[in-house]
Amino acid sequence: MIPAAFDYTVAESVDHAIALLGEHGDDAKLIAGGHSLLPLMKLRLATPAMLIDVDRLDELSFVRDGGDHIAIGARTRHHDVQNSLLLQTDVPILAHAAGQVGDPQVRHRGTIGGSIAHADPASDLPAVLLALGGSLVARGPSGDRVIDARDFFVGFLESALAPTEVLTEIRVPKVPGVGWSFQKFNRRAQDWAIVGVAAVHNNGSSGVGLVNMGSTPLFAAGVVEALRNGASAADAAAHADEGTEPQTDINATPEYRRHLVKVLVRRALEEAGA
Amino acid sequence: MTATETPPVVVEPDANGNRIIGRPRVRREDPRLLSGEAKFTDDLDLPGALHLAVLRSPLAHARITSIDLSGALGLPGVVAAYTGEDLADLWATPMPCAWAVTEDMLNSPHYPIAIGKVCYVGDGVAAVLATSNEAARDALESIIVDYDPLPAVVDLEDALSDRVLVHEDLGTNTSYTWKLDVGLDEVEAAFASAAHVVKERYVQQRLIPMAMEPRAVAAVPQPFGGDITLYSATQIPHVLKVMTAITLGIPEQQLRVIAPSVGGGFGSKLDVYAEELLCTALAQKHRVAVRWVEERTENAQATIQGRGQIQDIELAADENGKLLAVRVNLLADMGGYLQLITPGIPLLGAFLYAGVYDLPLAYSFTCTGVYTTLTPTDAYRGAGRPEATYAIERAMDRLAVATGLDPVELRRRNFIQKEQFPYTAFTGLVYDSGDHDGALTKALAMVDYDGVRAEQAARRAAGSTRHLGIGISTYFEMCGLAPSRVLASLNYSAGGWESATVRVLPTNKVQVVTGASPHGQGHETSWSMIVAERLGVDPDDVDVLHSDTALAPLGMDTYGSRSLAVGGIAIYQAIDKVIDKARLIAAHILECDPLDLEFDLGTFSVRGTPSSQVPLAQVAFAAFTAHDLPDGLEPNLEAQVTYDPPNFSWPFGTHICVLDIDEETGAIDVVKFVAVDDCGNQINPTIVDGQVHGGVIQGLAQALFEEAIYDADGNPLTSTLADYLVPAACDVPPITTGHTITPSPTNPLGVKGIGEAGTIGSAPAVMNAVVDALSHLGVTEMAMPASPLRVWTAIEAARVAGGASPTAATPGGAS
Repeated sequence: MIPAAFDYTVAESVDHAIALLGEHGDDAKLIAGGHSLLPLMKLRLATPAMLIDVDRLDELSFVRDGGDHIAIGARTRHHDVQNSLLLQTDVPILAHAAGQVGDPQVRHRGTIGGSIAHADPASDLPAVLLALGGSLVARGPSGDRVIDARDFFVGFLESALAPTEVLTEIRVPKVPGVGWSFQKFNRRAQDWAIVGVAAVHNNGSSGVGLVNMGSTPLFAAGVVEALRNGASAADAAAHADEGTEPQTDINATPEYRRHLVKVLVRRALEEAGA
Repeated sequence: MTATETPPVVVEPDANGNRIIGRPRVRREDPRLLSGEAKFTDDLDLPGALHLAVLRSPLAHARITSIDLSGALGLPGVVAAYTGEDLADLWATPMPCAWAVTEDMLNSPHYPIAIGKVCYVGDGVAAVLATSNEAARDALESIIVDYDPLPAVVDLEDALSDRVLVHEDLGTNTSYTWKLDVGLDEVEAAFASAAHVVKERYVQQRLIPMAMEPRAVAAVPQPFGGDITLYSATQIPHVLKVMTAITLGIPEQQLRVIAPSVGGGFGSKLDVYAEELLCTALAQKHRVAVRWVEERTENAQATIQGRGQIQDIELAADENGKLLAVRVNLLADMGGYLQLITPGIPLLGAFLYAGVYDLPLAYSFTCTGVYTTLTPTDAYRGAGRPEATYAIERAMDRLAVATGLDPVELRRRNFIQKEQFPYTAFTGLVYDSGDHDGALTKALAMVDYDGVRAEQAARRAAGSTRHLGIGISTYFEMCGLAPSRVLASLNYSAGGWESATVRVLPTNKVQVVTGASPHGQGHETSWSMIVAERLGVDPDDVDVLHSDTALAPLGMDTYGSRSLAVGGIAIYQAIDKVIDKARLIAAHILECDPLDLEFDLGTFSVRGTPSSQVPLAQVAFAAFTAHDLPDGLEPNLEAQVTYDPPNFSWPFGTHICVLDIDEETGAIDVVKFVAVDDCGNQINPTIVDGQVHGGVIQGLAQALFEEAIYDADGNPLTSTLADYLVPAACDVPPITTGHTITPSPTNPLGVKGIGEAGTIGSAPAVMNAVVDALSHLGVTEMAMPASPLRVWTAIEAARVAGGASPTAATPGGAS
């Protein structure tokens, strides 16, 4: 549980972090809360030669009203997302889901940006972002660009971020009063979901994101399409495993995950009022 | 009088005449443990110590064809690197197994670093010494080992077939076959004629003990005289001293073993491990301190594991459900090697497969221990007894179904009755005291048994997809290990006594020296309460010395719920001796006959003349000055006792679990858990409740969460805490504890043990509840742990098979 040797630099600003990424290339990894990266390093499954510490960039810790959306700094900790009054009012599903990540220690260190940039299909927040139809702001050497959440997760632990880009902000549409549900099915509270479902529903418009149903966080397009065509929650949920590639692990078979996701989507849609 | 001399508050004695014993008291150990003040082995500051790291086999079974250490030896900070062959001369004997359970038990020599061959993932292959832990661990990556892989042996029945031999030198994978047969003809006759026969197979999955503090060792050569001090996160400093001396050929008097604060053991630190021997041998060789601390993943691979059995149990019963005979055939997983008491663990359950029931002399038990290419097994909380209780209690529920009786009624018909104690069992063991119906009746009331059965029936009638299950287990624990003569009859190579010294200091403070070695149990608190009660001093004025073979040279350490029932009685008897001696001095001071003196609340007074008295403090000072002692009396006020218990003690109780299963997902939610435990008289009810809580959670964890999983090649799949599911506080249900008190007649405190009871009682209660919840769907069996996947799969399988059969319906009482 001792990582391989690595170098370490503190980024003084986002632009400094971008410059350091340019300097060190593929050998470098950004580290914020460290709750995804450090366990991999301790098991020596990840051996970055350089860690660029963005954890001290307080400028990236915020929850702001952006008009039609809420903007959340990438270094905002799960605990602060969970307890943001702005989010609890305008995007309650995100505040709630942030409170389901790991355990209190994890939530006081781990960050929303780290969780999303890690692009782990088993993480909770990417699925919420997909359900909400959020977007991500990435800053690189040539400035900011906005990436639609549904274009962000491109492969297993692989995002649309370029090697020299830093995720700076997460934007989620305000959905006050909208029906929502977050279903996290696991064996222990602290675990990753065996299967998870995030759903929002408002006047015929729905979004459903799936946790741990393939190599990336997934948007349940088949379910959303069925709902748009007037299907009931139960009928729409029958489409929940379409386009998924669930894996086998010690907690589940693909068959069980396909069954679970249908049950959980149905329950989520019912809870969200679809 | 100053503020610091407030007189002690004298509370009214309870019905037993006790003012301190039996009343809840906060553990004195906790502030330093919780604040970080306590020092664990890895906290020791040892300037200049070298750090040991062990390269571990990534293969379950392989021949080592070559090892190249040169890459490691050239690295900065690396002082030495060794293969098993390099170190072979350091061992006077192979690693110890202290329990040859049969005359012909087969044990292949086992060395701290493997020589020529590895037998499990985690087996030590090379050792590195470096100036830092980081340098030592880094160096492991530069050692090149060539292996010739051999097929793994993972399945116990495959092991039994000898298809692949784990140890070619033994010619078989069967280490031993051990039998306990009582009335074989009666057994045969009973099964031939019984109205009801139940035949079940249960699997005890392997468990990882996963103590919060991993293992840690530091061996420190002393600057003068060649002595060596071995610090270890161990439960057994005394046994470790003897075994280390023998294995290394060190004169025992040159070895001192200290167990600093130890963060849990659950049996996993009741062992003699390779790293303890390596640190000691290499510290001697290099004449410098050598230390090692285990990583969590190493802990999951190179520290012993628990359970690992296939249990075939058969019950024969008459038309009324009364047990006529029990037949048990066990296949027990030894793992790759025999550790300290590996072979004996399943046999600690051999006497308990008839549970709390009045069985005629018709019992047949066979256990076969087999080698596999997995981590060695050994003691884990309960050690053999949870497995036995699980099998009989699960099988009793099947018998309830077969007879159409409610599980409560079936148990009542079979209980050993209160009036039958002391009860000589079919094994010849004498059960000291018990009141099974009392514990059961109390637990039923606490859980509102009729109410939950009614709710279960209502849910079923309404066609709910949330199924309520109610599971009962009534258990006996055989603890207080152990009468030495019984251990001799089991061919165990040590005694079961315990030692204590009680010493009243000149200022009337008290030192207790105990041979028990706490690692979370709260001995300091409990021992101080016993002494304070009897000597009339404040518990805070009693210091308890332990876990250091120089301070407490005599001891048999802590395991098997033995500390109070054996070590506590040694203290009790030492106090008797101290009082007897103090009485002589007091009588001398008062110029009276010692027989005329009463001793209460720390004062001797003349019977009938209470104004004529002398406090213990004055006696203690008189013993110290020795100016005017009775002729022939030694000037001290201390006594040492070594106590060998006349019998085991037999705690018992009833656990009831009520749970809810979500048919759609297979998820289980434990709604209520009631534990009524009877451990005889209680010294500190706070500690008793703590032991029950922790024990229940560990049993519940076996039932619902934990399993050391290996693939077909013997690769462990659960070597991190993300994969090995130890439940956290928020994952366990509220536990309601209750107690009945049936004192043990075999010791003067009337105490039994409580350390393992929770684990023994809880797993079968949970699993009986799981099967009960789904019985109307046609589910008749469930393997542990009852994961959502397993539960869902069983429900689906029952659905495909066509639902409930008539015999699988609700237990008789509620159908």
